[in-house]
Amino acid sequence: MSTADSIPASTVPARGASSVRIKLSRDDYALRTGLVVVISLLAILVVLPLYSLLSKSLEDMDGNFVGLQNFQEYFQTPALLTSITNSLSVAFFSAIIVLVLAFIYAYALTRTKMPFRLFFRGVALIPILAPSLLAAISLIYWFGTQGVLKSWLFGASIYGPIGVIMASCFWVFPHALMILITALSTADARLYEAAEALRTPKWRIFWTVTLPGAKYGILSTGFIVFTLVITDFGVPKVIGGNFNVLATDVYKQVVGQQNFEMGAVVSLVLLLPAVAAFIADRWVQSKQVALLSARAVPFQPKSEPLRDWLLFGFCATIAFIFLAMLGMAAYASFVTFWPYNLTLSLNNYDFDLMDGGGWEAYFNSIRMAIYCAVFGSGLIFFGSYLVEKARGVSWLRTILHLIAMMPLAIPGLVLGIAYIFFFNHPDNPLGFLYGTMGILVISTIVHFYTVSHLTSLTALKQLDPEFETVSLSLKTPVWRTFGKVTLPVCLPALLDVASYLFLNAMTTVAAVVFLYSPETMLASIAVLNMDDAGDIAPAAAMALMIVYTSAIFRLLHALLTRYLKRRTQVWRTR
Amino acid sequence: MPESKQNFLRIDNLTKHFGEFVAVQELSLEINDGEFICFLGPSGCGKTTLLRAIAGLDPQSSGSITQAGKDISNLPPSQRDFGIVFQSYALFPNLTVFQNVAYGLENQKIPKPEIRKQVNDLLELVGMPEQTGKYPAQLSGGQQQRVALARALATSPGLLLLDEPLSALDARVRATLRLEIRSLHERLGVTTILVTHDQEEALSMADRIVVMNEGRIEQVGTPEEIYSAPASPFVADFIGVMNFLQGEVTNSGKVLIGENTLDCETANIPEGSKVRVTVRPEDILCSADDKNAANSFSVKVESVEFLGSFCRLILSGPDGFGELMTDLSTQQVHELNVTPETTFTAVFPARSLKVFPESL
Amino acid sequence: MKNLVYTMTQLSRGVLGVVLGLMLAIPVSAENLTVYTAVEAEDLKRYAAEFNKDHPDIKIRWVRDSTGIVTAKLLAEKNNPRADIIWGLAATSLMLLQSEGMLQPYAPKGLGKLDSKFRDSANPPSWTGMDAWIAAVCVNTVEAKKNNLPTPTSWMDLTDPVYKGHLVMPNPNSSGTGFLDVSSWLQIYGERGGWQFMDNLHKNIAWYTHSGSKPCKQAARGETPIGISFAFRGAKSKAAGAPLEIVLPKEGVGWDMEATAIVKGTKKLAAAQTLADWSITKKANVLYNKGYAVVAYPGVAKPVKYFPAGILEAMIDNDFEFAAVNRKRILAQWQKRYDGKSEAK
Repeated sequence: MSTADSIPASTVPARGASSVRIKLSRDDYALRTGLVVVISLLAILVVLPLYSLLSKSLEDMDGNFVGLQNFQEYFQTPALLTSITNSLSVAFFSAIIVLVLAFIYAYALTRTKMPFRLFFRGVALIPILAPSLLAAISLIYWFGTQGVLKSWLFGASIYGPIGVIMASCFWVFPHALMILITALSTADARLYEAAEALRTPKWRIFWTVTLPGAKYGILSTGFIVFTLVITDFGVPKVIGGNFNVLATDVYKQVVGQQNFEMGAVVSLVLLLPAVAAFIADRWVQSKQVALLSARAVPFQPKSEPLRDWLLFGFCATIAFIFLAMLGMAAYASFVTFWPYNLTLSLNNYDFDLMDGGGWEAYFNSIRMAIYCAVFGSGLIFFGSYLVEKARGVSWLRTILHLIAMMPLAIPGLVLGIAYIFFFNHPDNPLGFLYGTMGILVISTIVHFYTVSHLTSLTALKQLDPEFETVSLSLKTPVWRTFGKVTLPVCLPALLDVASYLFLNAMTTVAAVVFLYSPETMLASIAVLNMDDAGDIAPAAAMALMIVYTSAIFRLLHALLTRYLKRRTQVWRTR
Repeated sequence: MPESKQNFLRIDNLTKHFGEFVAVQELSLEINDGEFICFLGPSGCGKTTLLRAIAGLDPQSSGSITQAGKDISNLPPSQRDFGIVFQSYALFPNLTVFQNVAYGLENQKIPKPEIRKQVNDLLELVGMPEQTGKYPAQLSGGQQQRVALARALATSPGLLLLDEPLSALDARVRATLRLEIRSLHERLGVTTILVTHDQEEALSMADRIVVMNEGRIEQVGTPEEIYSAPASPFVADFIGVMNFLQGEVTNSGKVLIGENTLDCETANIPEGSKVRVTVRPEDILCSADDKNAANSFSVKVESVEFLGSFCRLILSGPDGFGELMTDLSTQQVHELNVTPETTFTAVFPARSLKVFPESL
Repeated sequence: MKNLVYTMTQLSRGVLGVVLGLMLAIPVSAENLTVYTAVEAEDLKRYAAEFNKDHPDIKIRWVRDSTGIVTAKLLAEKNNPRADIIWGLAATSLMLLQSEGMLQPYAPKGLGKLDSKFRDSANPPSWTGMDAWIAAVCVNTVEAKKNNLPTPTSWMDLTDPVYKGHLVMPNPNSSGTGFLDVSSWLQIYGERGGWQFMDNLHKNIAWYTHSGSKPCKQAARGETPIGISFAFRGAKSKAAGAPLEIVLPKEGVGWDMEATAIVKGTKKLAAAQTLADWSITKKANVLYNKGYAVVAYPGVAKPVKYFPAGILEAMIDNDFEFAAVNRKRILAQWQKRYDGKSEAK
């Protein structure tokens, strides 16, 4: 008998009827105001721009509503339709290739006693420090017409799907690897012991225990790689040759032909696979939670010389390729005039003489990255704090969380275009932001909002939910507990978010390519523009400047985190 | 200050529901000043919900709460007067023991030396005078809970709320802390509400126990009352171990179980009603003879479980009695020479039997 | 810690506010002139520097892109123009803007000294010319030899199947050089013959680039043996050490003018006029000569190293009227026929 049935109807207030109204304390007002402010801010920066993108796609050049006419026109243009199949197939093949390679790599790192695991892990993360363009540029030096290893392609051209897939695999590899490492390191040793006790052959243990255990991580990786590749624009732009994809179509329509309406249409088409992958990934993630909730005994790999050395060979090959990619770009950036004058010089680093913004672009990038790190991590942490800690008003918290999740499904290009429409609209009071450093910072923070939001949310969830209750009972204002407890405990996570934002701000091209102005030229855009003007060596040089900067920043972040961990070790260890 | 010693905290017609689910239903309760009250019940019975409503953390759907003569129903937690301790301790990990206990005091503009003195006194009170500079992670569970207790008491609240404070500790520490919390209460006299699902904890600590089930109060009473005179089959079953016999009232004072009749107090239960008769295992008297005593029946031993100082016997009685449990001291087991398949006579003293109508 | 809390509180009060503060940090001087241009980036700094020597009070904000893009951008912003003045855009593009009523006619001081070919014939003129740039074919001799390619001497030669996959040219939709090539072929071979020539040429093209200089730079690096580009780019790459031969096809080569025009509706008309005045001075033309062999001010042009001889004779008698009037139609037609092979952008 359910409890509800036993209650006389009259005593049950209508469903949804609210509780006794408790007077709001000053803290409640503060937190609710915070919620409303952050929600409105994100609504302005995420929802409204998307809305203007949508409405633009239904307008003609003069701003009249024309319904689906633009879509009709789009789907009747065979060249544009080719782009859809091109995009899908490139993303699909890249996903399969990366999945296989990164899985083996992650397996070797987590499940074996292979030597140099730490080194291999570090090398595989290199691409994160570079814009995706770097891979494409390096491939041109390896396999282009004047490439060192051109003959290895047996006459095929690197300009096209081959180059796009190869370069994509390079830059998305670390993203795939990190998810797979997480998936593979959460193994339950007891399952393996049970399987061994039953004398199960090794290959069968792999198929029946290892793979199913990592199933959701693998699926998730597949979706993420697919989305990253299909929405990336730098790689096909540099090495695509005649091979058109959706992402370059958007750029071509908007920047090349200033056909904003058609650009809006293509970007909505581009939004579809990204949203689909996002939903699929969310679904997979929700499954995974259930899988991991059981308490597992951590798996300790045992050494198996034959397997370990085979995998060592594999990892060494991949690591070698990665270093070769980076190394070639570095070398080429010092070559005076490839391939006819191989003397080394710093000529290509004389950015002020090149198309693309010069050294100023580089310093702009650093400035923007710092702004993103400081303001972004502050805003995002504050937002996730509100989602996690505001009392009552759970519907407001849900709204904030949902908006915070949206950017993950919006490709950077789409966001950038939506921002043009929204901020460049003559009636928008925020129009003064257009063409400033501010809009670059905002778009970058928004573009990378979700992952940062989830990171700080995870950190906050690890805090005892009763901290706030205890503070209330001790009559302590909420901000004091925030400053004295929440923030210090979550500081490492906050640093992670800041570092994530910094690195991405240094390397991103997607959203900002539509939003920069001559004063706010960025290094990553300069790479793009220099390649565009045919100055590939300076492009490589600038890309490397980004790599060096990111690497130094990463190092500083690591040192700072280590220092913090050491200082707070007394109370962090359990 | 409470206006009357008789009711420091009064809860009137309190109801709380989460969507369709009713967690607490029209519950009324009065708690006296200085009393140690336990909310006892299985998980989901509404005891924690009630506690959180009293603290203002999850406001009730309807009903009112009065503390010290003041209606606090609409006050936010920060304006109510309580200290709280959780099962998880909820100690701030980055603050030392001293800083944790001083946390609530630092906000009250008390001079530093005064704070230091108060904190040290509190730590002394909970038996942790030497650990001020340590971080929570360096303490054992029991020690952490003592610090949490000191922190909750630091602001001298009128009401101390303990939400399953001992559940995360191991049995030995739990037993010690039970005693200590009880003696702390006797020294400070602060009105205390302890939420627990552990009947032993409730029985050993509380002045009065509030037994809750499905959002309602089943019974309020002293531990002795609850144990020896359960008000409902639920309480009878939930507190201690109990045998249930299905039967029917034939005459006043007579209950037919299968083909046998039990003499017992049936109060006002009309004849012909289906009833349940309860008897505690230790109240069933076992002997080799005594076949002629009232309410004596022949029973057969099905199994014997050795439990240290005593043995628990599973018996099968006459038709309709089903399986019965009884506890015999190890000595008695030897005297009666009890092994499975042995039969002997069990007496069900009328004063130990309690009859509940089936509908309850 | 207090500071952190303070920061967070600030943020909660309005992140926007903080960001706004940042924006304002960018110095806003009294005269900020937004100048749209398609001139090579490496030249722009020099232009601004020289101009500022005479007019330090006017700060130039460059918006630079390829000819086609700057043109499209100006057209797109027709109702909400952001440019104050255009300094260095193809005359054909400016003529198109003129027909859209987007230019502010103005006769810069010293107009009379210019070669009359280098100005809008109306009075006051809507645009004034700066220099001319001339199509040419960059052939990488090393790569041509490697691939056994004969050195082409005419445009028609380039349709020879031997060159299949070895040619790169700019996309006329984004590149001004690309457009002057296409418009010259339509003038040389006539409407039908021109498209037929391009149909054949298209079979040999490896890819179309976004920028007009990229084909020559790629040829210089050997990425392609032959790039259809403009002569001055070839001369520069050759000077940088590339094994290039700059070929002027015997049918004649297309060319276009770069010109200056004030955008109608600018709020900084006076400053724009100052710049327009300066843009036709002898001093300015000396500057142009570093990037262009032919300039508007008579007697300024000096020979440029590696610049192909006989180029002035090879220039076709360009019908700017035809090019400007038909620009949109030609580009649409071109896109429909060949865009599949276009490089991204």
